[in-house]
Amino acid sequence: MSVGLEHYLVLSAVLFCIGLYGVLAKRNAVVILMCIEIMLNAVNIALVAFSRYVVPMFLTGQIFAIFVIVVAAAEAAVGIAIIITIYRRRESVDVDKFDLMKW
Amino acid sequence: MFNIIFWILAAVTVGAALAVVILRDVFRAALSLILLFLAIAVMYITLYADFLAVVQILIYVGAISILIIVAIMLTREVWHGSPPGKLRIPALVVSLVLLGIMVFTVVSTNWETSGEPPLQPTTAAIGTSLFGGGGFILPVEITAVLLLAAVLGAIVLMREK
Repeated sequence: MSVGLEHYLVLSAVLFCIGLYGVLAKRNAVVILMCIEIMLNAVNIALVAFSRYVVPMFLTGQIFAIFVIVVAAAEAAVGIAIIITIYRRRESVDVDKFDLMKW
Repeated sequence: MFNIIFWILAAVTVGAALAVVILRDVFRAALSLILLFLAIAVMYITLYADFLAVVQILIYVGAISILIIVAIMLTREVWHGSPPGKLRIPALVVSLVLLGIMVFTVVSTNWETSGEPPLQPTTAAIGTSLFGGGGFILPVEITAVLLLAAVLGAIVLMREK
């Protein structure tokens, strides 16, 4: 059976769910950020696969993927700045100890 | 040929993603994340997205992984590792249920795929639709503002008081 759209979509779903599990279950904030990157990459695979198999003559899916990559880069920069700022004050990147907005 | 490459890439990506989630050593997790990014870049080539593959290598493998490794070094959390939190079992259940729903939906939907050959090379076409008239020029301008805001925000956050 030759590889088609469904294979890429199922692979994308598997990667997305692995990333989701990491985001929900991990305590290290840097690892959570890495898992968010996995989820964004999974979405990109789905977008590019749709672009390849559904509308091969238009590149809309690839352009969406480019925008997702740009937003992911901005998110990584701001997220890591926030994590390092909190680490300076709390000496920890454990999200269970990030309770300064809890009352 | 593409079939074999796809299955190898699928095994590498899923294995690397599982390693990111399972490994307790944060630095090794970051290295397997880089492997995942590289495998996804190769996967873009199998999908005839050559420009996107290069962008993936430049931005993810080149920039974001360096940022993440710098963050790991600066926070000195390598020694503590990344233990799973209290929500491990509920998180596993939620992600498995979501995976089941998504796989069921993907498999049971009758996708209308087009048999046309894909456009290649894609760089000129992507440039035309990003910057040409009637394309995505407004989102591109907004993206510039977003990047400026992100850079300023990161600088303001990191500045010593």
